Amino acid sequence: MRAYLPAYELKAPGNLPAALALLEREPDAWRPMAGGTDLMVLLEADKLPHKKFISLWRLSELRGIEVTLEYVTLGALTTYTQVQAHPILQQEFPLLCQAARETGGIATQNRGTLGGNIVNASPAADSPPALLAYDAQLELVSARSSRWVPYQGFHTGYKQIILRPEELVRRIRLPRAKRAWRQYYRKVGTRKAQAISKVCFAGAAELQGETIRDIRIALGSVAPTVLRCVRTETLLRAEKPSPAAIAAAKNALAQEIAPIDDMRSTAKYRLRVAQNLLEEFLRQLRA
Amino acid sequence: MGAQTEKRLVGRPVPRKEGRDKVTGQARYVDDLVFPGMLHGATVRSPAARGRIHAIQFGEGIPWDEFTIVTAKDIPGENGVALLVPDQPCLADSVVNHPEEPIVLLAHPDNYLLEEARRAVRIEVEPLPAVFTIEDSESKKEVIWGEDNVFKSYLVEKGNVDEVCAHADFIVEGEYRTGAQEQLYIENNGMIAVADPLKGVTVWGSLQCPYYVHKALMTLFGLPAEKIRVIQAETGGGFGGKEEYPSIIAGHAALLAWKSGKPVKIVYDRAEDMAATTKRHPSRTRHRTAVSKDGRLLGMEIDFVIDGGAYTTLSPVVLSRGTIHAAGPYFCPNVRIRSRAVATNAPPHGAFRGFGAPQSIFALERHMDRVARAVGLSPEEFRRRNFIQPGQATATGQVIREDVNMNHLLDRGLELSGYHEKTERFARENPGQQRKKGIGFASFMHGAGFTGSGEEHLASVVEVEATPQGRVRVLAASTEIGQGTNTVFSQIAAEALGLEYDRIEISKPDTAKVPNSGPTVASRTCMVVGKLVESATLGLKQTLIGSGLLQEGFSSAEFERACKRYIETQGPLRARSQYQPPPGIHWDDVRYQGDAYGTYAWAVYVAEVTVDMVTFETEVNDFVAVQEVGKVIHPVLAAGQIEGGVAQAIGYALYENVVWNEGRMLNSQMTNYLMPTAVDVPRIRVFFEELHYPYGPAGAKGIGELPMDGTAPAIVNAIENATGVSLHQIPVTPESLMEALAPLEQAGARG
Amino acid sequence: MADGAGKVEIACTVNGERRRFRAYPMARLLDVLREDLRLTGTKEGCGEGECGACTVWIDGEIVNSCLVPVLQVEGSQITTIEGIASGDQLHAVQEAFISCGGAQCGICTPGMVMAAVNLLERTPHPSEAEIRAWLAGNLCRCTGYMKILEAVVRACQAKGVRR
Repeated sequence: MRAYLPAYELKAPGNLPAALALLEREPDAWRPMAGGTDLMVLLEADKLPHKKFISLWRLSELRGIEVTLEYVTLGALTTYTQVQAHPILQQEFPLLCQAARETGGIATQNRGTLGGNIVNASPAADSPPALLAYDAQLELVSARSSRWVPYQGFHTGYKQIILRPEELVRRIRLPRAKRAWRQYYRKVGTRKAQAISKVCFAGAAELQGETIRDIRIALGSVAPTVLRCVRTETLLRAEKPSPAAIAAAKNALAQEIAPIDDMRSTAKYRLRVAQNLLEEFLRQLRA
Repeated sequence: MGAQTEKRLVGRPVPRKEGRDKVTGQARYVDDLVFPGMLHGATVRSPAARGRIHAIQFGEGIPWDEFTIVTAKDIPGENGVALLVPDQPCLADSVVNHPEEPIVLLAHPDNYLLEEARRAVRIEVEPLPAVFTIEDSESKKEVIWGEDNVFKSYLVEKGNVDEVCAHADFIVEGEYRTGAQEQLYIENNGMIAVADPLKGVTVWGSLQCPYYVHKALMTLFGLPAEKIRVIQAETGGGFGGKEEYPSIIAGHAALLAWKSGKPVKIVYDRAEDMAATTKRHPSRTRHRTAVSKDGRLLGMEIDFVIDGGAYTTLSPVVLSRGTIHAAGPYFCPNVRIRSRAVATNAPPHGAFRGFGAPQSIFALERHMDRVARAVGLSPEEFRRRNFIQPGQATATGQVIREDVNMNHLLDRGLELSGYHEKTERFARENPGQQRKKGIGFASFMHGAGFTGSGEEHLASVVEVEATPQGRVRVLAASTEIGQGTNTVFSQIAAEALGLEYDRIEISKPDTAKVPNSGPTVASRTCMVVGKLVESATLGLKQTLIGSGLLQEGFSSAEFERACKRYIETQGPLRARSQYQPPPGIHWDDVRYQGDAYGTYAWAVYVAEVTVDMVTFETEVNDFVAVQEVGKVIHPVLAAGQIEGGVAQAIGYALYENVVWNEGRMLNSQMTNYLMPTAVDVPRIRVFFEELHYPYGPAGAKGIGELPMDGTAPAIVNAIENATGVSLHQIPVTPESLMEALAPLEQAGARG
Repeated sequence: MADGAGKVEIACTVNGERRRFRAYPMARLLDVLREDLRLTGTKEGCGEGECGACTVWIDGEIVNSCLVPVLQVEGSQITTIEGIASGDQLHAVQEAFISCGGAQCGICTPGMVMAAVNLLERTPHPSEAEIRAWLAGNLCRCTGYMKILEAVVRACQAKGVRR
């Protein structure tokens, strides 16, 4: 443990109003901690500059999965294990279940939360591409207000999010509109488990006959944020996934993503594999 | 059951001696030990690869008067890590030669404050030009060590390569490279020291070689042998990574203990262990091979170079093993092997399972596939025409006297893996597939024990001692690091006496109590030291029989009575045994000719892979490991050694990529340096051919390093079979496979 | 070096025993178990949730104790490797690890046993693929996992596989 532990504070308010009141009283002083699976890694390496945290782990208001006719609504503290175990999510949101299954090992899945993953804002996170493909919405609450925002647009730059210092993500809402869509998810991380993704791809498409009526394409690890590739989607709408359309889409994708070289992979590899995954997704639409 | 009815212990899967402590969490590793008044120690390291130390600044805001601070000036003896050549300081003094080189040591009771202090020490280094590649070192872009950057070189010469190359039907050339590999034992390095000028220095730690540490501390403190004591704590894996580095940590902990007068514990975290301690040597091998039309090896010219890092450490010995294994299990009348270990400004590379052989065997077994193709033979047929036979001589002129049958091992390996059927099927089914399948193999050998005259120089000793209760205790410095030393020694001793397994105790390695049975390295523990355990135990039995207290065919109860009587009447009942080389072994250290090893283990490994052309990822789907290792003492432990080695070598072949920046490891975390998980290894199928080896205990040979040698080339040969692309470097990452496939894909797109 | 709020009092149940101690709220559960409660069977391998050597159970679920700030276990039930055997009677998984050679150097073993026992409590007869997936968060450098998989299978077959 490299951090100087006495410098850190962690408080565990007993309920959501108490947590929000603390955030309201001292804006910017406190930051939320959910399951700790990302923040504790930074603490260990002494790379956690912020020193005061609120533990949300025991806030029951942030837990639970609720199903209505229109939506599945997940508390921000829903763990990856809970995602995988939920029958409706298994049936209608397989991309999210697969992302949850491929995030870390079981111990991490028991502790890591969707809300934590969103707010941690890593461009390499596994669930956000699935959430983007499902048109997820987030409920942001503060002591004085609550608002629903589309998840698309939540990340504004590397580790930049629109969440205000006094706000928390309370719930994540998924419209139950893609049951009939063809869905595709693939995380590429060299090793089959416990890997940080080099490229992560989530796709969903609504077909009318052989024609793509509507489509979602979202990627991780290829830009400063997880990214929905709107221009590539636009190009594909009302098209058949023909070789020519696939080639055009791959070119459009190359314009839309901005992969980099780092210690885990190369820009060249990420670009090529992102294009290959897009092609694999689109080819499967023909089958 | 009596001792006689249950006599046979060799070959039986008895329970691991310390198994119960390990599965209950009771086994005590160094970080589990706490001493009263103990301080924690930390190391401040070089920020630069090479340079002059200008100043050491102790920053503000730290209560420095509470800290014990040690620099090179505080060393009572010599500031050098005693191993082969004393060129490596224990603490850098005026210059640094690699990133992370230790310079200042700190100790404090509070771990958290200690880390704060470590960050507050600023080392100012005036940089000097540095060297980071084998090529820059060879070209003397900068001379950073000695006259020419060469730690050691060897020349092995047999016949006349130049002449045969001038007239051969085929000349096939190739260049091959292997990367660094981190041992990645799950327990990081750690040591606790107690020291004072009167009583001397005692250390407890995670280590493979107690007497290496003992020697290093004698030099560092200028103390006689009896003032230094080294005790092994339970050790959470070594793989060579705890062969030389523990001498440095022990020195550091002891220096802090010496100055503070208190016990000091230093335990590295994962990042420090990965960035600062040894790894497998990166290598480059060039082959130039002369072959006849009918596929016979006529001449092999091999140039083998390893990157030793900044100091000599064990590089000459690693180079030696790599050199001797470079020509493999083949007969070739004309061979020249030139090899060099060169200096770079990286942390010294060191011992790691296989010790040079995985590097040169990777090159050879990739090259053999290439030569086969050039000659127009299958990899199988080409090898069959060239396998060494009993009576033929290796590259060093060692005449093979054992009943080696590589063809038989190959038959079994290919049959068990379904090689022929699969080669045919994959060739038929692969075209047009996104997931391409391939199968490949490697044939190889591994010399057991120290090279050449090494064992004679070591002259290892083992003692056994009986208690009045008729228990027998084995005293040896050979360490249990997971491979099963305690269990196998107990089996050998119990078998020799015809007594129960539970009657044998293994003394914890403690230099104050056990004789020097040599280091726990080189696949020598079972074969060499085990043989000493066997002969010492037999000596003990002879003593009792000779004294008339016992007769052959005795029961446990009779043995117990005899021990009791003997000890009462004549004092302690002990026996010892010292290493004697097998007859007819000759080695010439100057010409590098002769019997390089007393014996070899022989093997054929077959790998089946799938390459995904969308992501360029390779997965291993099946693995067959067939080997001849003499008599197997413990089938479960032996299979465990092979399986573990194969898994480690799957990592070497596909995942484990050390990312360097100016001599510093960038990905020094388990998150970014990937080793195989439980879902990444295939079913590893292990088969033994058991030929009794007369000079090993109960007929056993060495085993531990063997699986590291042939796995990577088998996998890469399989990747070539799947994709048609010939790869010359490991690890084969998806990124490198994508790059290598690019020309083929372009050709495919055009044509 | 500015100090935060200092140590706080925390109460939880460890291996069935009520424990109360003072700790920094962000202290790793791993360090508290090992240093304050002297339960050293739980090991540290990486400190970043990657190797699983520090696996314990919180309220019946496996976690990496290096990633849990101790404040979050207030009121929880914690089980460590020291709580798996019943007195001298080893758990079937522990027995199988010994007989199958699932433990070599032993440093990953406590975490591996914690994960394996937890799996069998949920899924008494897992497939090999399920065992592999469940144990993928526990790294072993010695065995190549084969003997560990065998041990888990053998433990399922052993009679009375329950705590």
